[in-house]
Amino acid sequence: MAAAPILEFRGVTKRFGALTANDNISLTLNQGEVLALLGENGAGKTTLMNILFGHYQADEGEILVDGEALPPGSTQAAISAGIGMVHQHFTLADNLTVLENITVGTESLWSWRQENQANREKLTRMIEDYGLVVDPDALVSTLSVGERQRVEILKALYRDARILILDEPTAVLTPQEADRLFETLKSITAKGLAVIFISHKLHEILAISTKVAVLRRGSIVGTLATKDAKREQLAELMVGRVVTRPKLSAIKRGAPVLEISDLTTGGGGSSALKNVDLVIHAHEIVGIAGVAGNGQAVLADILSGLIGNFTGSASINGRELAAGDPRSIVASGVGRIPEDRHARGMIGDMEIWENLISEDLRSSEISYGGMVINGDRARERATEQIKEFDVRCEGPEAETKLLSGGNMQKLILSRALSRNPSFILANQPVRGLDEGAIAYVQGRLLEARQAGAAILLISEDLDELMSLTDRIAVIYHGSLSLPEPPGKRSIAEIGLMMAGQTQNKSEELQGVGHGH
Amino acid sequence: MSDLFEILFTAGFWAATIRIVSPLIFGTLGELICERAGVLNLGIEGIMTVGAMAGWMWVYQGGDLWTGVIFAACVGALFGLLHAIFTVHLCLSQHVTGIGITLFGSSLSYFIYRMLLPDATTPPKIEPFEPLLIPWFSELPIVGEALFSQTALTYLALLTVPVVWYVLFRTPVGLAVRMSGENPVAVEAQGINVLAVRTGAVMVGSALMAVGGAFITMSWFDAFYFGMINGRGWICVALVIFASWQPGKALLGALLFAGLEAMQVRAQQSAGAIIPYQFFLMLPYIMSIVAMIVMARKTKYPQALLVPFRRGERV
Repeated sequence: MAAAPILEFRGVTKRFGALTANDNISLTLNQGEVLALLGENGAGKTTLMNILFGHYQADEGEILVDGEALPPGSTQAAISAGIGMVHQHFTLADNLTVLENITVGTESLWSWRQENQANREKLTRMIEDYGLVVDPDALVSTLSVGERQRVEILKALYRDARILILDEPTAVLTPQEADRLFETLKSITAKGLAVIFISHKLHEILAISTKVAVLRRGSIVGTLATKDAKREQLAELMVGRVVTRPKLSAIKRGAPVLEISDLTTGGGGSSALKNVDLVIHAHEIVGIAGVAGNGQAVLADILSGLIGNFTGSASINGRELAAGDPRSIVASGVGRIPEDRHARGMIGDMEIWENLISEDLRSSEISYGGMVINGDRARERATEQIKEFDVRCEGPEAETKLLSGGNMQKLILSRALSRNPSFILANQPVRGLDEGAIAYVQGRLLEARQAGAAILLISEDLDELMSLTDRIAVIYHGSLSLPEPPGKRSIAEIGLMMAGQTQNKSEELQGVGHGH
Repeated sequence: MSDLFEILFTAGFWAATIRIVSPLIFGTLGELICERAGVLNLGIEGIMTVGAMAGWMWVYQGGDLWTGVIFAACVGALFGLLHAIFTVHLCLSQHVTGIGITLFGSSLSYFIYRMLLPDATTPPKIEPFEPLLIPWFSELPIVGEALFSQTALTYLALLTVPVVWYVLFRTPVGLAVRMSGENPVAVEAQGINVLAVRTGAVMVGSALMAVGGAFITMSWFDAFYFGMINGRGWICVALVIFASWQPGKALLGALLFAGLEAMQVRAQQSAGAIIPYQFFLMLPYIMSIVAMIVMARKTKYPQALLVPFRRGERV
C-alpha cells in the first residue's frame, strides 16, 4: 500500500455564470509524481489550479492536502499547505530584483527590517541545490524568459512548496530551455515533491509525466498512467473526436511575390531587424521560427504598414511596398492576420459587419462615393462571409468581443482572404485556438497556397512550422537565417538557432560548397 | 544678474527655501508612497487644504500644536481611506476620484471654516510653532539660520525623507508596497492582501499630505486663508515624477523648486521695476517643467500605477 496521497480533489465544481468551468473533478496526486493535466483551451485546467491555489473558491467539493481539508479561497493557506504555483503569465515585478521578487511575503510585514543576508544565503543554496541558475541581484527586466521561469520556480520552492503547479510552462520556452526545465522537474520530484504539469502539448506530457488526467469542457474524461497512454488516444480524449490536421501537398512554386532585401531597422535591441533578406514565391509558405521579441513582430509590422521607418527594400509582385501606409499595402494585395486578435485584429466593441468592412471602407461596393457607408450592403456581405467561413455567431450585428477565439480568427481570415491577396502575412494564426479551429485555419491557409498566394507564417510552434511550411527560416536578434525545407534541419537544430547558437550565413554557404 | 547671485549668499534666502520646502516634502513623500503602491492620488491638493484647515482649527479651538498635527494627519488618513475605497476597492478611475476628492476636500474646508467662524472678517490667528534653535549649530553663519533655526515641523519634514526611504526599501512592508505598484498579481500570489496594502499606503500617504497642509497654517503662517495651498499639491505630483519615485531625489526636486520660489520673491523686489512681477511668479513653474523634461525622460513608472486589482478576476 502506497502512502496516503499528498493531494486530493473531491468533487470540485466551479461555475462562472452559466458556464461550468469545472464539473465534479476528483483527482489524487502522490509524492514524487508528475501529474499532467491535459486539455484544450477553456477545458478548465487553469480554473482548477486557481481553485487549488486559492485564487478562486469552488462552488462545491473540497481539496485535501495530506488528508486535511484546505481552507478555500485563501492563497495564504495554500502556500502554507505547501502549494506553489508557476503561472502561465509570470507574476514578477520587472523593476525589482530577483531576491525581492522571491522574498516578498515571506517575512512578517510588521518586522522593522529584512533579513537580507539570511534570505540571500537561503536563495543561493537553493539555486545550487536545484541547478536553477540566476543572479539574485539582477533586475527581473534584464532576465530572459527561461530565467524568469526559474525565478518563478525558485519562488515556490523558497516557500517550501511540496506540490508545484506549472501552468503551460513550455509555451514561452525554446526546445532547449524546455528540456532544461524537464531536467529540473526530474530533480525536484527526486527530492520527493509532486508536480502538476498543465499542457496541451502531447509529446511533452508523454515525456515528463507519470500520470495524465484529460479534461474536456470542465470534466475529467480520463485518467491514466502515462506509460499506458498512446498519443492518438490522448488526442482523441482531449478533443472528443479524431481531428487530423491538414498536410502540405506537393505543388510547384511560382514567381516571386514578396521580395525583401537588406531590411534593417534602427533603434538597436534584440528586436531591431538586421539586413533581412527573404523571397517568398507564389504557391509557397515560408515559416519564421523564433523566440518572441527577436524581430518577427517588427517584420510583421513593416509588412502590415504599421512601421514605415526602415532601410532596405521590400516589394510585392515587383512593386515597392508602401512603407507605413496600411491602406496602400492592403490595396496592393496583402492579407494580414495579426498576432493579437483582440488588440489589433478586431475591435471588440464594434459589430461584426463593421469589423469586416474595416479594410475597404472606400470601396464602391460598400460605400457611396467613398463617403457614406452602404450599411445594408455591408451587412449582406458580412452575412455571406459568416456563412462561408462557418463563424458561429448571432449574425452580422453581434458584438465582436463576444466571439470565441476561434470564431474571431475565422472572421479575420475571411476579411483577409476575401480580397484574394497575393501575399498573406499570418502571424501566429493558430495561437490559443482549439484543435478544431486550428485545423480549419491551417486548411484555409493551405487552400490559399493552392490558389497561388505567397504566405509568411510566423509561429512559435515548431511542430506547426514543420508540417505546414515549404521552407523555414529562424530569426534571432533581428537576423534571419536562410530558409530551408523542413526536412533539412531537425527541431533540435532549429531550437539551437532560436537560442542564437548557430553558424552564420556565410559558414552555412561554405558548408554547402564543401558538399559539391 | 549680480543681484541674483547676491541673493544666493543671504541666510534669509536659504532659510526661506527650507521653510518653503517643508510642506512640499510632506506632500511629495505622501504622493510617492501612494504611487509606489500603484495608486495615483490627485486628491492631494484637497487633502492638503483639509490638513491646513483641520490642524489650524484644532489649535484655534484650544488644542495644542502637536495634537493638532496628529489630528490633521488623522483627517488626512480618512480622506485617504475615502480615495482608497473608490479606487482600490471599487476600482474607479483614479484620476476622476482624485480630482473629486480635491474639490470635496477644499470645499468642505472652506465650508467648515465659514460654519465655525461666520463673522470673521480677517482670518483669526493662532500661536504657531516657534523656531527651535539647535544649540551651537544655530550660531553658524548662514547654515545656522537656514537649517538650524527652523520650527520642529521642518525638522520633522527633513527626518521623514530617510524614514520613508528606509521603510520602502529596507522593510518587508515596504517591499510589499513597492511590489503592489509593480505587479499586484505577484503580491497576491505570495499570500499578501493587495487591497489592504494599497489602502494602507494611500492612508499613510494622505496623512503625510495633510501634515504638509497643516505646516502651512501652523508653522509657516498662523491663519487659514482660502486658496492658500495654491497648487502646491499639483507641484508635489510633478515632483514625484521628477524624482523617479525615489525619496532622496524627491527632496532634491523639492529643494530646487523651493529655492526658485524663494528666489523669485526676492528677485521681484530687486528687479520689479523693470520686469513685471508676474514673470517671476511664473519662473518656478517654468523651471519645474524644464527640469521635468530633462530629468524625467528615462524614468521607470511603477508598472501597475493606475491599474486596479480585482481579486479572482479571470486573466
